[in-house]
Amino acid sequence: MAQIFHHSTNVLSRLSIYGGVFIVALLGAALYEIELSPWYTDVHVSREQPVPFSHKHHAGELGIDCRYCHTSVEKSSFAGVPPTQTCMTCHSQIWTNSAMLEPVRASYRDDKSISWTRVNALPDFVYFDHSIHVSKGIGCTTCHGQIAEMPLTYRAGTLYMSWCLDCHRQPEKYVRPKSQVFNPNYQVPDNQEQLGRELVKEYKIQSLQNCSVCHR
Amino acid sequence: MKFELHRGRGVGNTGVSPFMHCLRGLACLGGIAILLAGCRLDMHIQPKYLPYEPSNFFNDGRSERPVVPGAVARGQLHTDELLYTGRENGVVSDKFPFPMTRADLERGRERYNIYCTPCHDYTGNGQGMIVQRGFPPPPSFHLDSLRQAPAGHFFEVITNGFGSMYSYAARVEPEDRWRIAGYIRALQLSQHAILQDVPESDRAKLTENQTKAQGHAAAQP
Ligand code: HEC
Ligand code: HEC
Ligand code: HEC
Ligand code: HEC
Ligand code: HEC
Ligand code: HEC
Repeated sequence: MAQIFHHSTNVLSRLSIYGGVFIVALLGAALYEIELSPWYTDVHVSREQPVPFSHKHHAGELGIDCRYCHTSVEKSSFAGVPPTQTCMTCHSQIWTNSAMLEPVRASYRDDKSISWTRVNALPDFVYFDHSIHVSKGIGCTTCHGQIAEMPLTYRAGTLYMSWCLDCHRQPEKYVRPKSQVFNPNYQVPDNQEQLGRELVKEYKIQSLQNCSVCHR
Repeated sequence: MKFELHRGRGVGNTGVSPFMHCLRGLACLGGIAILLAGCRLDMHIQPKYLPYEPSNFFNDGRSERPVVPGAVARGQLHTDELLYTGRENGVVSDKFPFPMTRADLERGRERYNIYCTPCHDYTGNGQGMIVQRGFPPPPSFHLDSLRQAPAGHFFEVITNGFGSMYSYAARVEPEDRWRIAGYIRALQLSQHAILQDVPESDRAKLTENQTKAQGHAAAQP
């Protein structure tokens, strides 16, 4: 039988076989990168909101406590986004002519909810509870980042399972004194390791890794 | 032929032609991909309402339903007039419905600092951060009229609002409203205290600080 392919094509075939390995590896790496990229995770990507609400203004410069607006965060699983009445406790008197605030006034007038776009969201098959974290000394900024410096709110962590487990495996790396949980300007001290271990003991923090803790 | 597929391993032994194997593989992959995609949506977005989720079933678009007017949940029948209205027989009362312990006052301080300081400030002088940004200033708690006001008055103001101040009833539980009232009393005392109010054992501390301060002032040129 006459040869169909020239001898040199052997090199090509080998190259493509070995090259394939690299291509697969490269694809894997690319997928991994994409999975962790802001494009996929929404980390550091701020969302369009009906009112350009700024935590930098309200929580940072004015120093309003998180609980003034996110009232249920200590008692229930969800932190909640404030109802219009909360905005109006102040904006019925100040910045009453601001065009930016027109949706807030309209919502109060017509008794219609403002529909905020969610920034942090877990899939429905994950159970999450704010109150336990807050009452065991995990600060808002540990999970939500430097919120008091955000002109528009963005997500600070991937919220992947590995993100949760990183802390559930070693809570001593993140826990802070309970009095500091709501402090948006808290700085992690140099002796975090030692302090963390003491607090874990004092607050009786468990390392919860059982699947059914979060998937119930 | 120098160029051939290595049929021998795995695939050939199962008697499936490579072409079919490939097809099946693809079908499997495709199937898994489709299934996975299906799973993601099914389990990621389950047919249930999460808190605050909008609903297109109800006319007002809200998934959480308002309580039917007149309905009373178990344990929510508020018969204790003093505790829930700040009044006794219709008259604003100066009594607290439960004794104010140190823990109650600490809790009162915490709640006061969250909900009241933006306008009334930490000492209750009415010059909070929002007032500095243009909110009409509230009266100082240290005015005689408010020092003489009964405790129930503070409870009522938090519950119902007062003039341009909105109600905080949705955010502050009745018990906590009393604790805030207790803390305001403590604030009022703090701004009008005389030496005799300080326990004898602690008076030395005051003069100690004073002499230190004087020493400091004297040291200044
Ligand atoms: C004056 C009211 C107010 C205060 C004070 C406030 N927030 Fe918010 N917060 C809002 C509003 C309104 C939204 C919804 C709009 C948005 O996402 O920016 C929000 C959204 C958020 C979100 C994102 C919610 C989501 O969709 O996932 C987080 C996280 C958050 N706040 C944390 C905090 C923390 C932490 C503090 C205290 C340091 C705080 N907030 C103080 C009003 C407030
Ligand atoms: C405790 C008082 C307070 C509350 C509650 C409050 N704000 Fe504000 N807000 C202010 C003040 C004060 C300013 C002006 C900031 C400044 O002077 O720098 C402001 C400014 C703003 C502005 C910018 C207005 C402009 O035209 O530049 C927006 C938008 C806004 N607030 C939205 C909201 C929304 C939405 C809520 C409810 C979730 C809310 N605020 C609740 C006090 C408040
Ligand atoms: C352990 C990490 C963690 C801590 C600590 C934490 N959060 Fe969250 N937060 C989350 C996650 C995860 C979500 C998304 C929840 C979901 O989708 O069900 C979320 C959602 C929110 C939302 C959106 C509305 C809601 O209730 O789902 C707000 C507002 C919020 N957090 C505010 C706060 C505030 C204020 C604090 C501090 C008192 C805080 N969070 C502390 C992880 C955390
Ligand atoms: C920064 C640390 C930290 C992060 C991040 C964190 N957790 Fe936790 N979590 C804790 C601590 C501490 C506890 C309390 C353990 C205990 O009970 O002693 C806890 C407890 C819980 C519980 C138990 C609540 C109960 O009622 O039993 C659940 C569920 C939970 N976390 C879910 C999550 C999920 C889901 C995430 C990720 C989205 C997450 N956590 C991220 C620190 C963290
Ligand atoms: C601390 C909370 C926590 C614990 C404990 C936990 N998970 Fe998860 N898990 C999550 C979160 C959050 C996600 C969602 C991640 C995302 O959004 O991609 C998740 C996602 C998953 C998924 C992916 C589903 C999908 O389609 O994306 C699987 C599978 C899973 N978990 C299995 C497990 C198993 C098995 C265990 C026990 C070994 C476990 N999880 C323990 C928080 C947890
Ligand atoms: C957004 C600003 C603001 C906040 C927050 C606020 N107040 Fe006021 N408050 C006012 C203003 C303004 C007045 C004066 C109202 C008037 O005379 O029209 C007032 C008046 C009062 C009075 C005096 C009523 C009288 O008899 O003269 C009391 C008592 C009071 N507030 C208590 C509280 C308590 C307790 C809280 C916290 C739960 C609180 N306020 C939070 C703005 C505020």
